[in-house]
Amino acid sequence: MSGACGRNQTPWRFFTLYEARTLAALSDQIIPPDQDAGASWAGVVIYVDRQLCGPFENLQTIYRRGLAGVDESSRTLYGNVFADLDSNQQIELMHRLEQGRAPGAVWQSASSAEFFSYVVDHTMQGFYGDPRHGGNREGLSWKMLGLPYPPIRGRLRKDTPGTRSG
Amino acid sequence: MSLKHVNAVVIGGGAGGGIVAKELAEAGLSVVLLDRGKWFTPFDDRKDDLRNQRTCVLGNSFGPDEQRNPRVYVDPQGRDHVVPSNHWGYSNNAACVGGGTLSYGAMAWRFLEKDFRLRSTYGTLPGSTLDDWPISYSDLEPYYEKAEWEIGVSGDDSNNIFRAPRKRPLPMPPLSPNREHQILKPAAESLGLHPFDIPMLRNSIPYNGRGACMRCRWCVGFACEVNAKCGTQNTVIPTALATGNCDLRSECIAKEILSNERGRATGVAYFDADGHLQEQTADLVVVSCAAIESARLLLNSKTHLFPNGLGNRYDWVGRNLQGHAYTGAVGLFEQETYDDLGPGASIALCDFNHGNPGFIGGGLLANEFIRLPYQFARLRGAGVPQWGAAHKEFMRRYYRRNISVMGPVQEMPVFESRVQVDPNVKDHWGIPVARLSGHRHDNDLLGTKFLSSKAELWLKEAGATQTIAFGATSRDGPSGGQHQAGTCRMGNDPQTSVVDKFCRIHDVDNLYVIDGSVHVTNGGFNPVLTIMAIAYYASENLVKSWKGTHARS
Repeated sequence: MSGACGRNQTPWRFFTLYEARTLAALSDQIIPPDQDAGASWAGVVIYVDRQLCGPFENLQTIYRRGLAGVDESSRTLYGNVFADLDSNQQIELMHRLEQGRAPGAVWQSASSAEFFSYVVDHTMQGFYGDPRHGGNREGLSWKMLGLPYPPIRGRLRKDTPGTRSG
Repeated sequence: MSLKHVNAVVIGGGAGGGIVAKELAEAGLSVVLLDRGKWFTPFDDRKDDLRNQRTCVLGNSFGPDEQRNPRVYVDPQGRDHVVPSNHWGYSNNAACVGGGTLSYGAMAWRFLEKDFRLRSTYGTLPGSTLDDWPISYSDLEPYYEKAEWEIGVSGDDSNNIFRAPRKRPLPMPPLSPNREHQILKPAAESLGLHPFDIPMLRNSIPYNGRGACMRCRWCVGFACEVNAKCGTQNTVIPTALATGNCDLRSECIAKEILSNERGRATGVAYFDADGHLQEQTADLVVVSCAAIESARLLLNSKTHLFPNGLGNRYDWVGRNLQGHAYTGAVGLFEQETYDDLGPGASIALCDFNHGNPGFIGGGLLANEFIRLPYQFARLRGAGVPQWGAAHKEFMRRYYRRNISVMGPVQEMPVFESRVQVDPNVKDHWGIPVARLSGHRHDNDLLGTKFLSSKAELWLKEAGATQTIAFGATSRDGPSGGQHQAGTCRMGNDPQTSVVDKFCRIHDVDNLYVIDGSVHVTNGGFNPVLTIMAIAYYASENLVKSWKGTHARS
């Protein structure tokens, strides 16, 4: 399956344009844009795409099938692909995926709950993890949480006497 | 060309092996120290919160690599799973020079006196091989002290009324308290508890030629960028090398311990960094690979005298695999609790290590190391959103307003919790891999439930508006992990133990196991200082008995 990586007709190493769009829409419901940017702006799809050609290589089939399954469920329920649904429809479908209640032939032989939990976990990694892996663009999540970025590695701090316990 | 014969080969340069190599080298023995990993620097996977020994979603930073080192995990339904080293069922610690001590959180605990005699204190326990150690706290006391001064420990346990007696204070004062500590301390006191500064294998002042901790937020799971965290790789191993008597060979994979027809160990066969099989002969062989790999190596060392593995005449090698049952609670606060002052863990209680109602043992409670953003994002519990706008808001609201209090509950040893070698699966070098199976004891669940309720109580007293308890709720699966212990138990009776009180294999008088494998029980504490103390204690005896008997292989 590693032959799927490295095609030069799309910006992605692994994903097709459709898959990337679906994943972007999923991730933007997992971590939505509001007063702080959301998952797709942060580069979560870049993160997942890159890792699927590395440490997540063994998940390539799960993602390929899973993203196709999401669109199949979406068309079955709402007559449209996932990325074109309105927000409430997307969230409703995601709850179904999470609970194993999504319609579609793909989910007869694959677990939607397992796929969904990977997408949530990877979205969190791509949003809150170190930018060197492709996500957390400009350290936005760390700034959002009030952590210094670029990270200040320790500091000189004058210990005030009498603050020790015991 | 065969390798030059040496007095001792030490297999594994971690908490135990590093100390043994240095003690033997300083006593004038010629020593080869083998380690299967590399000598990493803090600039390997520097501050990578997705790739480290604590959070390994993209793999481990300090080994073993995921491609070449599988294990087999047997699930409660009896199905085999071949797992890579960053899988939860693998029970990993590390594979590198320094072992776990390169990247640990470095809590430096002496066990309590009762931790060495649980059976005498509490009685026998059906379903457990619970027993006393053949040594006592006072046997180890001088060696705890040696570890504290030679490796380097900072802290202040003078307020711990439960502590075992010590002759000499710690060499370094504690790091100044962080905000969490300052919030938790008065709350513990008003509950009538006895909080104190956690002893840590970390420089709080310049010590041993290295500087002090810079209070960054990347500690547990990472190598220290300013070399303030004390491990064997920046203390005793360089000392061993400086004697001129110790040769460190890294990236060497031990295949089997060699022995002769008289049942004496003669050395070790290993694959060097180029993959060539070598034989290192020695007068003494010391196995210090940590509980899972030490058992695996012994079990893979089969001869007609030891058809089930060296030292395994009575099927106790690999048994009683244990770790700790972590438990605790996260408290959510209205006030800011975060000050970005690492390592984070700072204040502890030993009020619940012993004498708890209705179960044996217990464990310490302490505030936790800094939770990096991705770690906190995966918090699970009642009422905690897992994704969506609510989760994002939860992160914004609570990332700087949460305190986690947790502790390692002492597990009761279970004979069925075991390490074997797999009949089919082999690693990259063709060596049968470790096969992990078993279950834990009900007593552990009583302990985790009790201690997490105490953690919640402490957090609420400190002002938490909501607490989320966590900890094991099932006995499924063996324990182990970064605190792995128990698989080559110390004991006086060769039929119910693997090594004697000096860590010598009962049946093979020049073969030793000196690491956490020998622990009969594992205390309600991170075990590393005890592993270090045992290494100093066993080495002293080794050196004494060596001087009487020069090599006759």
